[in-house]
Amino acid sequence: MGALTPWDTGQLVDGDVAWVLASAALVLFMTPGLAFFYGGMVRAKNVLTMLMQNFFSLGLVSVLWVMIAYSLAFGGNGRFLGNLDFAWMRNPLVAPIGLEALTIPPMLYMAYQLMFAIITPALITGAIADRMKFSAWVWFLGLWLVLVYSPVAHWVFAPSGWLFRVGALDFAGGTVVHINAGIAALAVVLVIGKRRGWPGHPMLPHSLPLTLLGTGILWFGWFGFNAGSSLAANGLAVQAFVNTNLAAAAAMLGWLVIERIKTGHATTLGAASGAVAGLVAITPCAGFVGGMAPVYIGLIAGVVCYLAVSLKFRFGYDDALDVVGVHLVGGLAGSLLLGLFADKAVNELGRDGVFQGGGLGLLADQALAAGVTLVYAFVVTFALAWVLNKVIPGGIRVSEEEEASGLDVGQHSETGYQLVER
Amino acid sequence: MKLVTAIVKPFKLDDVKDALKAAGVQGITITEVQGFGRQRGHTEVYRGAEYTIDFVPKVKLEILVEDAAAAAVAECIVEAARTGKIGDGKVWIVPVEHVQRIRTGEAGSDAL
Repeated sequence: MGALTPWDTGQLVDGDVAWVLASAALVLFMTPGLAFFYGGMVRAKNVLTMLMQNFFSLGLVSVLWVMIAYSLAFGGNGRFLGNLDFAWMRNPLVAPIGLEALTIPPMLYMAYQLMFAIITPALITGAIADRMKFSAWVWFLGLWLVLVYSPVAHWVFAPSGWLFRVGALDFAGGTVVHINAGIAALAVVLVIGKRRGWPGHPMLPHSLPLTLLGTGILWFGWFGFNAGSSLAANGLAVQAFVNTNLAAAAAMLGWLVIERIKTGHATTLGAASGAVAGLVAITPCAGFVGGMAPVYIGLIAGVVCYLAVSLKFRFGYDDALDVVGVHLVGGLAGSLLLGLFADKAVNELGRDGVFQGGGLGLLADQALAAGVTLVYAFVVTFALAWVLNKVIPGGIRVSEEEEASGLDVGQHSETGYQLVER
Repeated sequence: MKLVTAIVKPFKLDDVKDALKAAGVQGITITEVQGFGRQRGHTEVYRGAEYTIDFVPKVKLEILVEDAAAAAVAECIVEAARTGKIGDGKVWIVPVEHVQRIRTGEAGSDAL
């Protein structure tokens, strides 16, 4: 093994290792944060089901990641898919091809990437809230990780991946995480159908305090997501950190202003949703833009995502908690705005966007990466959900009776709140 | 005996309770309830979508009294619970056939 360890030859940088370790833990914390962000928005009878779908991702994805999914994403030198070099924890001291110069141990890179793989499918749970069987979610989660997440992560994040080679930029996952999960959410919703009673019957958030708590955890964890993606404790990490905060802040303002104009009220759910929309939009841009660009990106994302969440009523798809409106639209906004705002002065590994005199080249590549991800993730996710719906006895959806009485008792034999002692 | 039942705004409960105590009422039972009258419900806004909430939170009071005291107790509640705005609630009186104190078995007026 000695020949395979560049890590004892002075290549490791203490500060980098420390920061990426901390960032990995921060990103892990985002999944419980997401659970509460979503959990507060569902009805009380389904809160545990939502929390469980998210928490379960920590369990299943962690194990599948080291078994095969990490290797399919980062092994080998292929353009379209990794190989099995890292499967079953083999070659733990070898860096993915193209990342040999990293100053952190390969195993830390694997662990850091794992946290992204955990939260990405968890994002989908918001769309299918209140109606999917837990067993169906288990199968969907594991298969989606291998069939959709690993390939797309390979194309965009692995230096050998074809979209990486094209020159498309994605600092921390606008394409891989948000566009990917957002379009997948739409695909599953089209298979599983609307909640009974939607949209006529109000299905209101049972605890917005939980949602705001979750938002705070997400915002906090997102510093690991974006600033950690510099994979070093350096100035670029600081730039990404500041960009992340500014975009979340500006998007909150953007959402609240348009909400106040259109409905007469500034709501707490609006503040939370706006902040998350800004965090989503800055994710691909965080290490490639500077100056006031994150403020502009955040403001645009806040307004655009506010307008996008009403699309489900117009087109009649029941994306329960607006995964499409916030993550797909926010991810698209960020990935495309990067084609305008990208600045090579911030990061020499980046490119110049339209506003920095770089022409339309980057914007075109961003659109290509987004478009390819949209098509691939939609088709494969739709097929996966459709097949599972045929294969699982009774389909992927709970019975009408259980949907009415609540999935917490039906799926997990528990209730979230014991308000009266029984 | 009569049962005086009242639906009032929750924030007026303390005023009503104090007024009834001052008027010599011995016991009150309250329940948190939801409903609507002419006030109708209200609207809430979530991510730009408006939802009509038909049922508004109210407090229901139930008071058992002697026949002769019923009208005065009802009037006492009306005075204490009134804000003059829509949604103040209602008071009604119904006859009661039988009342018994569980601890002693006393019945009728003795049980009040």
